[in-house]
Amino acid sequence: MLIPHPILGLRDAQEFTYLGDASLLDRPDGMAEGASEAFHDYLYLRDNPAGEHRELWFHEQGDRSWLVVTRNTLTHEITKAELARDVALARRGVK
Amino acid sequence: MRYSAARVLWEGLTGHKGWTRAWRDPEPKPQYDIVIIGGGGHGLATAHYLASIYGQHRVAVLEKGWIGGGNVGRNTTIIRSNYLLDGNEPFYEFSLKLWEGLEQDLNYNAMVSQRSIINLIHTDAQRDAFRRRGNAMILHGAGAELLNAEQVRREVPFLNFDNARFPIKGALVQRRGGTVRHDAVAWGYARAANSRGVDIIQNCEVTGFRIENGKVLGVETTRGYIGAGKVGVAVAGNSSRVMAKAGMRLPIESHVLQAFVSEGLKPVIPGVITFGAGHFYVSQSDKGGLVFGGDIDGYNTYAQRGNLPVVEDVCEGGVALMPIIGRARLLRMWGGIMDMSMDGSPYIDKTHIDGLFFNGGWCYGGFKATPASGYAFAHLLATGKPHDTATAYRLDRFRRGGMIDEKGVGAQPNLH
Amino acid sequence: MTQSNRLNGGQIDRAQLLRFTFDGQSYSGHAGDTLASALLSNGVRLMGRSFKYHRPRGPISAGSEEPNALMMIGDGARVEPNTRATVAELYDGLTAKSQNAWPSLKLDALGINDVFSNFLTAGFYYKTFMWPRAFWEKFYEPAIRKAAGLGRLSMQEDPDCYDKGFLHCDLLVIGAGPSGLMAALTAARAGARVILADEDFRMGGRLNAETHELGGQSGADWATATLAELASFDTVRLMTRTTVFGAYDHGVFGAVERVSDHLRPTGDTRPRQTLWRIYARRSLLCAGATERMVGFANNDRPGILQAGALRAYANRWAVTAGLRVTVFTNNDDGHRTARDLAAKGVEIVAVIDPRAEAPQGDWRVIRGQVVDTKGRLGLKSVTVRGHDGRQEVLQVEGLGVSGGWNPNVSLTCHQRGRPEWREDIAAFVPGGTLPVGMAVAGAAAGDLSTHGALRGGAEGAVASLEALGISAKAPELPEAEDAPVQQTPLWYVGEGKARKWIDFQNDVTVKDVKLAHQEGFVSVEHLKRYTTLGMATDQGKNSNLGGLAVMAELTGQTIAQTGTTMFRPPYTPVAMGALAGRSVGKDFKPTRLTPSHHWAEKQGAVFVEVGQWMRAQWFPQLGETHWRQSVDREALAVRKSVGVCDVTTLGKVDVQGRDAAEFLNLIYANGFAKLAVGKTRYGLMLREDGIAMDDGTAARLAEDHFVVTTTTANAGPVYRHMEFVRQCLRPDLDVQLISTTDSWAQYAVAGPNARKLLQKIVDPEFDISNEAFPFMGCAEITVCGGTRARLFRISFSGELAYEIAVPTRYGESLIEVLMAAGEEFDVTPYGTEALGVLRIEKGHAAGNELNGQTSAAHLGMARMVSTKKDSIGAVLTRREELSREDGLRLMGFEAIDSDTLPAGSHLFAEGAAHRPETDQGWLTSACYSPHLGKPIALGYIKQGGERIGEVVTAANPVEGTSVKARIVSPHFIDPEGARLRD
Repeated sequence: MLIPHPILGLRDAQEFTYLGDASLLDRPDGMAEGASEAFHDYLYLRDNPAGEHRELWFHEQGDRSWLVVTRNTLTHEITKAELARDVALARRGVK
Repeated sequence: MRYSAARVLWEGLTGHKGWTRAWRDPEPKPQYDIVIIGGGGHGLATAHYLASIYGQHRVAVLEKGWIGGGNVGRNTTIIRSNYLLDGNEPFYEFSLKLWEGLEQDLNYNAMVSQRSIINLIHTDAQRDAFRRRGNAMILHGAGAELLNAEQVRREVPFLNFDNARFPIKGALVQRRGGTVRHDAVAWGYARAANSRGVDIIQNCEVTGFRIENGKVLGVETTRGYIGAGKVGVAVAGNSSRVMAKAGMRLPIESHVLQAFVSEGLKPVIPGVITFGAGHFYVSQSDKGGLVFGGDIDGYNTYAQRGNLPVVEDVCEGGVALMPIIGRARLLRMWGGIMDMSMDGSPYIDKTHIDGLFFNGGWCYGGFKATPASGYAFAHLLATGKPHDTATAYRLDRFRRGGMIDEKGVGAQPNLH
Repeated sequence: MTQSNRLNGGQIDRAQLLRFTFDGQSYSGHAGDTLASALLSNGVRLMGRSFKYHRPRGPISAGSEEPNALMMIGDGARVEPNTRATVAELYDGLTAKSQNAWPSLKLDALGINDVFSNFLTAGFYYKTFMWPRAFWEKFYEPAIRKAAGLGRLSMQEDPDCYDKGFLHCDLLVIGAGPSGLMAALTAARAGARVILADEDFRMGGRLNAETHELGGQSGADWATATLAELASFDTVRLMTRTTVFGAYDHGVFGAVERVSDHLRPTGDTRPRQTLWRIYARRSLLCAGATERMVGFANNDRPGILQAGALRAYANRWAVTAGLRVTVFTNNDDGHRTARDLAAKGVEIVAVIDPRAEAPQGDWRVIRGQVVDTKGRLGLKSVTVRGHDGRQEVLQVEGLGVSGGWNPNVSLTCHQRGRPEWREDIAAFVPGGTLPVGMAVAGAAAGDLSTHGALRGGAEGAVASLEALGISAKAPELPEAEDAPVQQTPLWYVGEGKARKWIDFQNDVTVKDVKLAHQEGFVSVEHLKRYTTLGMATDQGKNSNLGGLAVMAELTGQTIAQTGTTMFRPPYTPVAMGALAGRSVGKDFKPTRLTPSHHWAEKQGAVFVEVGQWMRAQWFPQLGETHWRQSVDREALAVRKSVGVCDVTTLGKVDVQGRDAAEFLNLIYANGFAKLAVGKTRYGLMLREDGIAMDDGTAARLAEDHFVVTTTTANAGPVYRHMEFVRQCLRPDLDVQLISTTDSWAQYAVAGPNARKLLQKIVDPEFDISNEAFPFMGCAEITVCGGTRARLFRISFSGELAYEIAVPTRYGESLIEVLMAAGEEFDVTPYGTEALGVLRIEKGHAAGNELNGQTSAAHLGMARMVSTKKDSIGAVLTRREELSREDGLRLMGFEAIDSDTLPAGSHLFAEGAAHRPETDQGWLTSACYSPHLGKPIALGYIKQGGERIGEVVTAANPVEGTSVKARIVSPHFIDPEGARLRD
């Protein structure tokens, strides 16, 4: 597979390490009420869709950036790749 | 019809006119006591044990394609019970015992072949861990042997002992481990279940559940609505997709595991060998093909195919371990979709929906579990209580911190 | 032997006579021959035996789809089993042996299977061999395995090397027949970067096998001229002997180039084969088509070939399978074989064609079908049933069969695209979703005429390049054969009781398909798996469709309704060695050396693999004959005076920024916000699930600068995790990370004399006295007169100890300086074994304890997990199963009256039965403690904290030992930590 790195262009997926669903960006507040249940759902439950999937890849053999890649799990087609940092900052902005 | 040597002889002499269908091709009935979704190894085994052990005969198995078309026909055929943790070992040992009596139980030769499994040791820490595991196996009655390097060399002299990046320092061996002719498992269970009245309905895809007041009433399918007292789901690889139709999110990700077979070669590998310093395991089939595999590709996918880097990684491990196979040729590679669970261990459990039961999360260890999985799921479906060997496989175990994590890599499915 | 069946003409070099042997018999051939063509030229038709019935077989093809003529080629360790004689290039001195036959190819004992074939039908083994139970492993299976397999491995290490490489192009053209050549030419002239790959050693595809003219010259000459033009572009790479075997995601292809298989082995360093990963923006599949056989009684005899193969042997190699030949065809193409062979002087006894409108020629055309053949080791006659019912026996040595042509769609299926049925040519053509960027042209697309192939290639290239924004123009097409192609199916001949083969190698016959149908194995997948149809080394190229067609007839459905043929990678089998490349033997994984490696080598150190690192395990001294002597001495020396150990392999992460402290506060379970500058703290790092991930230290060198250390094994994962937290969870923090594991050489200097030693090399302006630089101090200093260094007063051994780091390039010098300066203290270098002993004696957890299954509570560190802040893992480590009071605790264990206490032993209360229910824990790490003079261990045991002093049994049944051990504090030495602070 080839991942369109937003800064470096097309890079072989072999340069990356995969983590999983980009929902891992939405870590609950550990000090909040009911954190235990929130962390259970955050860490253990997955949508696991057959189709479009937003997921985290780490450019370990490259510039060490974490990316949010939008990829279809049926066809492997990649439609988008963003810096996870940008995505995370944008989400914090919403909050 | 009973299969036997005499029957084979008779049919050979009379032109094979007497062989009948291995299983019927029935139309779905409007209502069953129990409907199993998924005509793979686990679903068919569940049906067989429901009928043969638990006296359930109004049972249907619904399969969206052809039975045995999923992972029971795509794996590397290994059976073993060399697990470490208490949550797992009794279950897999139960499974191995069922394998040992399978042919007689099913009247079908699935070629259960206990030619041993050898897990190689390359470091002192690995030896410590395997000693712990071997002891656990012995405590559970599974049997184990710890070999030193010299003993390993005597058994499998063709491995790389003299020029290895990670020298072989010993091995953990389970003599009762081995291989089984995988397709025959599905067919054997199907034929046996069929003979006890179970309806095996192919080309029947479940499109939804009918659930009222928190209770499941039946399933919508491409062949119409089918009512059911209870519904058991055994569709590993597609668990999230099917259970999403019941509104459930699961602690599962879908990943692809590639498997490989070489051209036929005169037998050299006695049993199963796993490489402890690379991602590679291998056995040799009764047809002569080297059957081998390694790691999953590592990204979420529902496509039954993998990519080249893992192919190379697996072959690197293979030739590093066995330099004699450099000139053997890879004949075919394929992929199966794994239900990768969050701790590497499966689920056999009720759900919060009354009458809906779930069996999945087998990672890439589902084949060896087929008999016990079917047995335990049948037990749960018939009695409402978990089977003694499967009490740990609860969906809520992460809430309690009761993970069954053999590899110790945590809540990251692609590392299990 | 003379080349009695050699004809005139052909693309062989008659000036070069090549000698070779087959089963010990000497033969000769010419440059340009394949092994099969050379054998045929010598009148040898029998080249192999089938898998199950051991039927005598010759080649049916002239290409890579060959199922029959498989041999072991080469000598000694270079023997290559299952090699297709039809593609093996002849070289002088080649040796080949037949396989799957004993005692000889002609007198194969297991040919007896053929006699009992009535009992060995599809799937018979599922129905028998079940009684008695124990007989399977003892008797039945060993007998089956004796007969298993085709060729034999040499059982020696493969002496050759293999390479790997990457290639990039705009357009990858797969196959260099007429469409491929025309496509490459079109693209090359447009300036595109082109790769043209072909599995053959001579490009041109069917042009080399046919006598068609292209633009007034022979097809082969046109190909030669086109290749010459292509070679003139430096943007074009022509790759012969290169099989594109797999189409992977996003335009990545796997290809294997056979670099030197066609040369006599010389032992030079040239790779045997190269694995290419081709990154193609677009690809055009021009893989041609494969001719299909027809099922008729005894259709598998040596001398029966595809009609097109018979023609290829005659035209390209100037060889015939026999001097009297007949052809059985249901399409016009088969008649060309008669025409071409007749032109070469071969006697055409007849052409048999069931169609009423068969073309006529200068030979007899019989309207009818072949209903039987004779000739056990080679075809002698065929029996023909005329359409008028008359039966006739023709004495022939060769029979060409044509049931039409199947497009080679394999690569289009690799991403699960499914071919579609095309009624007019009765064949599957590419369909469904093709691999991204792939188009198909020529015969592979079902365009079966030469003109169609040329046009398809040109148009395909233009379209592919247009998608890339490269404008190309189709060249003027040479005038070529453009006969309309219609194929009507003839899958098998009904008449005849004898078996009619569909899958030659695996011995699957029409009867087997009928039996599968009778037993309900009607889906394509069931049929394949039940009968083994299509699972031979030709991957079903010759057989899949035939089986499918018979099944369709039985079920009364069309072929399209019955199913489709699917192909998986690889296109043809690929040597494992090529896929492994150079990552074998000692080069299986990279080897990382520590800065003191060469120094340690000079000291005679014994090394051990630690992940990719090589670390000194111990340093044997003269007179030491057992490793324990060395390790005990090293450990005692540390406790007595001072020792030095290279700990460079520990992971190091530099953390800088205004918010560095807040960041560490999140990744560690214990507090870091208040750590003073100049101080180091032990940090417990949890995974988010509350399980211990790693332990290490963080040293605060400045307000905004920390250095984090990790265990050797976790250097990579911890850094990745920290970057995840930084970029994904707290992008708002001002903090930067860099892994500096390789940048700093680091040594532990441990023992009561550690400070005295270091004071000799640390520059005098830095006061490292106990008062000025107490336990857990850290500082940036200089050593040896101005060399940058970092000093940490931390201890893994439990002694007064430091870790000193210098930039890696000074690492080797530093060990020499330390050893010289330490001479007066008898400084002792120690390896990983002594390091392990020291840390077990001190009760420090390491890999065996941090095995990914242990929570903070298990480690006895529950109270370290701060409740005053949010940190990774803090919430979930408090779950009931991970934090229960009666759970496992890390404890120490001392052996009682035993000289061993093996790690991995399970722990039981004294006197308790050893059962899973009574299992209370296990030993994680063990060693002989030279300090205490007995075996000790660390381990987890239930309620351990409340059981100090209790005697338990450490059972190790896998090695037959059982030892009594006393539960003690895990801190075997100096539990108060006085030595650390001394």
